[in-house]
Amino acid sequence: MPDSGINVLFLGKNFLRLLEGLWVTMRISLIAVILSIPLGILFGMFMTLKNPITRTLSRVYLEFIRIMPQLVLLFIAYFGVTRAFGWNLSAELSAVLVFTLWGTAEMGDLVRGALISIPKHQYDSAAALGMTKAQTFVFIIVPQTMRRLIPLTINLTTRMIKTTSLVVLIGITEVLKVGKQIIDANRFDYPTAALWVYGVIFALYFLACWPISSLAKKLEQRWR
Amino acid sequence: MEESIQLQVSGLKKKFGAETVLNGIDLDVHKGEVVVVLGPSGCGKSTLLRCMNGLEAPTEGIICLDGAAITSGGKNITKQRQKIGMVFQSYDLFPHKNILDNITLAPVKVQKRAKGEVEQQAEKLLKRVGLWEKRKAYPRELSGGQKQRVAIVRALCMNPEVMLFDEVTAALDPEMVREVLDVMLELAGQGMTMVIVTHEMQFARAIADRILFLDGGGIVEEAPPEQFFTNPKTQRAKDFLQTFTYEKRNKIPSEIESFERRN
Ligand SMILES: Nc1ncnc2c1ncn2[C@@H]1O[C@H](COP(=O)(O)OP(=O)(O)OP(=O)(O)O)[C@@H](O)[C@H]1O
Ligand SMILES: [Mg+2]
Repeated sequence: MPDSGINVLFLGKNFLRLLEGLWVTMRISLIAVILSIPLGILFGMFMTLKNPITRTLSRVYLEFIRIMPQLVLLFIAYFGVTRAFGWNLSAELSAVLVFTLWGTAEMGDLVRGALISIPKHQYDSAAALGMTKAQTFVFIIVPQTMRRLIPLTINLTTRMIKTTSLVVLIGITEVLKVGKQIIDANRFDYPTAALWVYGVIFALYFLACWPISSLAKKLEQRWR
Repeated sequence: MEESIQLQVSGLKKKFGAETVLNGIDLDVHKGEVVVVLGPSGCGKSTLLRCMNGLEAPTEGIICLDGAAITSGGKNITKQRQKIGMVFQSYDLFPHKNILDNITLAPVKVQKRAKGEVEQQAEKLLKRVGLWEKRKAYPRELSGGQKQRVAIVRALCMNPEVMLFDEVTAALDPEMVREVLDVMLELAGQGMTMVIVTHEMQFARAIADRILFLDGGGIVEEAPPEQFFTNPKTQRAKDFLQTFTYEKRNKIPSEIESFERRN
């Protein structure tokens, strides 16, 4: 029998299984993104406070999350916390927790950056027109911040989707893991299966992330 | 004259940390008067204007508008700022709103006026400064001079009693300075009370009812424009005015010769 690795994709439910694997990835990252955005906005506003204590606290949190590889955070959450506190976190819940903590830190930094990039004279001219602090925030600051933030937030989302593939290492069967299982099961009948399976995974990731990042580009151009 | 005092500054002191920027300023601005504030860079002209509408809190002293004290912070201040229009050196339009929305935002949201009425007034003012065609454009599509004219209209649409101008032409290309100054001259002609900081000496001379020369944190000289520019009393004012005049230097003969030979 000639080796046509492409057939592997149509064996049994293989393709469906790959899609299910992708859905696991997407589910974890989307929940994390949806939680990270509001939490990150709050964290970003918290970071702009002038109080030295809140400054230090938020700085430490951000640096901690940034310095730690996500993999280490995942291990700490899944293996460490489970042992240390006896909480029984499922792998998926640990993953959501870690990605939310990470997303909140990154989103917060984006929000802080957008807020401090609004020139001081925008605040001054709003004040000179008799606007209260709240009116200035609602009519002047938030709309300008949003414009800067939307493309950046979308980029963060695609980064989070891609990074979610790490969850395989705490035992979650996501798309890469499914792919590996399929390749291993067909190693003898279809030696070139790997090429096809990883090719499909590549295409799936592309299909998931490309619309999101091209939307980001469009928004960026529109709002330049 | 007492009751016609619109803006009154008494004993104003302002410190930034240990640095005293304004050290006891007394100034009465009468209704319809145009006061031009001159002085070397860093002498506190902007700070004086910013104190006048509560953007900076005075360290000491009182500023009154129509006899009521302006206290930065507090609810009162937003009411008083509605009566004081201010235009800054930096182009400070709101980049996310088009020209018409830039102008109507505060009258509608702050003064709670009807949108239709405000828009009518805004369009009328825009026509007056020759920018009605630009009402749907965004600030980034305008030249510096056009932006400053819109900023003036935006302040005027609040129907202020006093207008403060802080070097509104300093960041403009020379060919755009005129169009902005003309708007201010017209405004003065209509009897608007104005306090103007500028480095345009010809303009200052033309528009001012009174020149205030600020240096070292205090008012060094106060005079009608003709007197200030032709016959300043203080040495510091003389030195200051000197920096704006250029003396023709005689060319060295050999240079002229070689110039003539070449042509
Ligand atoms: N927010 C601030 N914090 C600290 N120092 C300030 C602040 N604003 C102004 N200063 C200082 O106060 C002094 C006067 O500044 P100001 O801007 O009022 O001068 P100016 O006369 O408007 O100068 P210019 O002609 O350059 O605009 C300067 O030495 C400046 O460094
Ligand atoms: Mg200044």
